[in-house]
Amino acid sequence: MSWFRVKTIARTDLKQLAQARDFWGPMVILGSVFFVFVPLVLLLAITHVGDIHAVQQVSQALDLLPPKAQAAIRGTSDSARTSYALAVYLFAPVAVVVPLTIATAVGATTIVGERERGTGEFLAHSPAALQDIYLGKLIASLLPGYATTVVGFGLYSLIVNLVVGPKVGGWFFPTPAWWVLMIWVVPPFLALTLAIVVRYSARVKSSAAAQQVAGLVSLPMIIIAYSQSTGALFGATNTGYAIGALAWIAAIFGLSRGMRSMTRARLLGVADEA
Amino acid sequence: MALVTSEPAAAGSSPAAVVAPIAVSLDHVRRGFGEKPALVDLSISAPSGTITVLLGPNGAGKTTAVRMITGALSPEAGTVRVFGLDPSTDGEAVRRRCGVVAAKPALYDRLSGYDNLAYSAALYGVSNAGIGAAAERFGIAAALERQVGGYSTGMKTRLALARSVLHDPELLLYDEPTSGLDPESSVAVLDLIHEMADEGRTVIMCTHLLLEAEGLADQVVVLESGTDVISGRPSELTRRYWPDTIVKIAATDPAGLAALRGKPGVLGIDLESEGPATVRLDDISRVPDLVDVLVGAGTRVTRVEPFTPTLEDLYFAVRGMRQ
Repeated sequence: MSWFRVKTIARTDLKQLAQARDFWGPMVILGSVFFVFVPLVLLLAITHVGDIHAVQQVSQALDLLPPKAQAAIRGTSDSARTSYALAVYLFAPVAVVVPLTIATAVGATTIVGERERGTGEFLAHSPAALQDIYLGKLIASLLPGYATTVVGFGLYSLIVNLVVGPKVGGWFFPTPAWWVLMIWVVPPFLALTLAIVVRYSARVKSSAAAQQVAGLVSLPMIIIAYSQSTGALFGATNTGYAIGALAWIAAIFGLSRGMRSMTRARLLGVADEA
Repeated sequence: MALVTSEPAAAGSSPAAVVAPIAVSLDHVRRGFGEKPALVDLSISAPSGTITVLLGPNGAGKTTAVRMITGALSPEAGTVRVFGLDPSTDGEAVRRRCGVVAAKPALYDRLSGYDNLAYSAALYGVSNAGIGAAAERFGIAAALERQVGGYSTGMKTRLALARSVLHDPELLLYDEPTSGLDPESSVAVLDLIHEMADEGRTVIMCTHLLLEAEGLADQVVVLESGTDVISGRPSELTRRYWPDTIVKIAATDPAGLAALRGKPGVLGIDLESEGPATVRLDDISRVPDLVDVLVGAGTRVTRVEPFTPTLEDLYFAVRGMRQ
């Protein structure tokens, strides 16, 4: 395997993606809605209209959180405690849903797209090893989703600290559990999902079928990632490490299986060896 | 250009002495896709520095043969050797020495021409220094900065050809490179292919256009249903099918041409009710005497024309015999 070729393939795919405004335009909007617009509106509403009945009810609902999570909540008023809890706990799934959605949308057509455009023939005849091609494609699918998450996470942190920070005694976000989530838990879930999606992209006959399969694969992955990431935030930091470690093991297994499933026949779009 | 195969290449071809080393050989190769056979029993032998044209109708197995040569596909039976290497096991080494232009140009429409070439250069492990020269050679340099999606079919083919030689390969595999091109562009592309063979590269080209193959091929392999039907130099093959000198003779009264039967040098005559008679002779020098015979018999000769069989004649003769 050649890392130079892996990088070349990933870079070329990303360059093509950058040219596809019809693709990244909606994705930027998606990230903006989840990371900026919804949190901003919700947190502003809670912090500035703090005495409404609904806020009090949400505040009471915080009693249902695990004791460790309850103890970590900062703020003295109902609105402060509610907005803190929402900022730290409610938006955790966003960190998973957005990158998974973007990454699977890219990954789904990565191999089948080469085949449909006829460029699979070029790759199949090139000296690039199948592992180079698979990993290059996987990285090119992973980076846009993760980059969106990192940028979105930065913006989200800024919004949370600016809106909620003054009510709870200063800047507080990201919390240690969020760092673990972003650096240790989200990447392996992304890699695992993409390993499956790219593998199917090599098997299906059309981009439309690939998108369908990607939807089927990513939905359970989103649910699992959602529950695990929320658990990682509710529990101690160690819980996040443990969940991340398991996800990494699963991702490595998925990657190795995905790599083995690549063949040049699949790049060419002909029936595989028996 | 000298060309002689080193081994019996296919049905009906005769063994001959070795002149050039064999660059590519497929020996009784079989490959299917699921239940559908693509190659049934294909043998090809392409000497170095020559142009071998694979001729055949759609579905004959030409593209699959090219894919076998680079190791993109593996044979189910038989052996493939490229420069003495097995592409199934030494795929990377083989592919480094091959330049391929597929039936579709296989270019990235969203990238510029330059980026397409740079991508190929990186995958083949060569620097970008040769991009300008390759583009210049194929007349595409002026459009290198433009997105390939805006190229015409001819420009795409030229870019694909430039890409195929960027890493200075010894073996060029062209799968219908003139497909979709206007006649002028086709001629230009064929000239370029000829040039590359003159530089000592081995070229294997697939086409179903007989005229294209006619002026280009050092060796022709006719494929049908995944099998090589016949192979050899075009002139040898036509001699094999038409060993005698053939002359077409027309007269105002075609029945009068029967007077040629049994005359010295006449090996056979095929009289048709309409059109010229096909006369087989032992030598072209007999023609003046035969015209004298006809004139003496009162037959007014309107046309005498030596018949030189073309590849097209050969192709249809071969297919006709098989059917």
